[in-house]
Amino acid sequence: MSDLRDLYQEVILDHGKNPRNFHRIEGADRQAVGHNPLCGDKLTIFLQLEGDVVKEVSFQGEGCAISTASASMMTQILAGKTIQEAEKLFQLFHEMLTGDPSVEGDAEGLGKLVVFAGVRQFPVRVKCATLPWHTIHSALQNKDGAVTTE
Amino acid sequence: MKPVSPSTRNDDRLPGTGKQADLVSREPQQTFDVARVRRDFPILKTIINGHPLTFLDSAASAQKPSCVLEALNVFYTGCYSNIHRGVYALSERATAAYEESRVKLRTLINAKETEEIIFLRGTTEAINLVANSFGQMAVGEGDEILISHMEHHSNIVPWQLLCERTGAKLMVVPIDDDGEFIFEEYEKLLGPRTKLVAVTHQSNSLGTVNPVKEITRRAHEEGAVVLIDGAQAIAHKKIDVRDIGCDFYAFSGHKMFGPTGVGVLYGRREILEKMPPWQGGGDMIRTVSFEGTTYADLPHKFEAGTPDIAGGIGLGTAVDYLSHLDLDLVGGYEHELLSYGEGLLGEFPEIRIIGRAKEKSAVISFVIDGIHPHDIGTILDKEGIAIRTGHHCTQPVMHRFGVPATARASIACYNTKEELDRLARGIRTVLEVFC
Ligand SMILES: Cc1ncc(COP(=O)(O)O)c(C=O)c1O
Repeated sequence: MSDLRDLYQEVILDHGKNPRNFHRIEGADRQAVGHNPLCGDKLTIFLQLEGDVVKEVSFQGEGCAISTASASMMTQILAGKTIQEAEKLFQLFHEMLTGDPSVEGDAEGLGKLVVFAGVRQFPVRVKCATLPWHTIHSALQNKDGAVTTE
Repeated sequence: MKPVSPSTRNDDRLPGTGKQADLVSREPQQTFDVARVRRDFPILKTIINGHPLTFLDSAASAQKPSCVLEALNVFYTGCYSNIHRGVYALSERATAAYEESRVKLRTLINAKETEEIIFLRGTTEAINLVANSFGQMAVGEGDEILISHMEHHSNIVPWQLLCERTGAKLMVVPIDDDGEFIFEEYEKLLGPRTKLVAVTHQSNSLGTVNPVKEITRRAHEEGAVVLIDGAQAIAHKKIDVRDIGCDFYAFSGHKMFGPTGVGVLYGRREILEKMPPWQGGGDMIRTVSFEGTTYADLPHKFEAGTPDIAGGIGLGTAVDYLSHLDLDLVGGYEHELLSYGEGLLGEFPEIRIIGRAKEKSAVISFVIDGIHPHDIGTILDKEGIAIRTGHHCTQPVMHRFGVPATARASIACYNTKEELDRLARGIRTVLEVFC
């Protein structure tokens, strides 16, 4: 059970069950769709910008506890960040989950997102956690089309 | 539930020739002895995450008995060489073993002639062969191809590609809330433009067993050709292609305890003879010149290139193994497990079983309210329990039931009630984590 508790931390379970900012933004500045063909999960990210600053992020879709919690916490943490800061977080988050485990991640920079560190022990689940981030990355870059984890 | 009948046909089904046959015992079984069967599968002793492996994913691919592994070893160490055309002893031996497998497969599905057994990579390749070759010969603009809503992607996409190429139309027979093929709707969709009906014998994501004989009979009345996807059925029941009456029957070796990389297309000679070759290359020709090439006879016309020789030989041994088990006994035993497993899961009010057909194979697809199948799968894996989670290559089925994915426990003859008890305990852990 201890590994499982690393993966399914209380915060993750809470966000998985009661996702925050779980709605669409009508007339959003940008929007992107992410897709994980492995589990059939799909989510849409809505993004409202004010100049260079992320004013509001929301999402909709269906996914596992990990991807839902990841999306939910991402929408909270990104509000008020600049595009550059958001991209930096994406990079840190990605490194925490896929980088060399012997290298200490930048826990401070990630703030609350460190609860996802346990996901690294479950390689097939890493994509669940990173899907919302890949998707927002694409929205920030204003790339057209859908993102997939494959 | 199917009656469990004593075996009477083991002896005449065992080929009695070749080394591989000696690897399985000849004594006919009266009742199903699962402990003995489990001893034949070395992988079942594996420990996963500190727990004994509970393998409930045989619908995706089945485990291999020692006799199949041994057959591969014997072939590679004792008589490996390329087949056909070799004049030396080794090649003759390899060719004989490979061709003997073809005979065993003919017997297994009761085809009329050995030449009606075409070795391919698997079900997917078999369906693509028919879509390409039969499609080129017989399907044109305005024609109709009929499939069902429960098909595996490999029995959908090749027909979509064919329709795109030719301007034919793909029609889909709906399924009801239990996951049953709706026969009345099928009859309405059948018509003079129906060129081919392609339906699965057993659904991999719902467990539904389709009335393939009736489906075939109705299609033939309309002059349509019938392909049955036998990927799921082949390891679980006795197949008699002549009784079904179908024109094509496709299946994969790896789902019937054989190696990966090899499978079979059965086709009626009359129709295979008329079909053009699909892939060109070595082995499928009679004479080649730049002015023109003539093709080999069946089955080689459809077998271009060096095949999976070891796979074919291993598959022959898997057929010996299946025949020795007696598929009537296997079917009875698996149904017992299915009822037992559905009973256990039925005790959880949070669980919904998807697929409630009257005639069902031993597949339990389920969803738990508020918990994604992926999370179920991860937690069960921690207890050594392997189930499949996702859309099982049947996305239209998922849409039909309004779920993104399901968790699926699929049962084979080596599974036990105790393993299903473990599954139920694992599900209790899932609920604990999430409540
Ligand atoms: C019903 C059905 N059809 C076709 C296939 C495809 O088989 P293969 O991948 O061996 O070609 C499968 C395998 O999952 C299946 O379950």
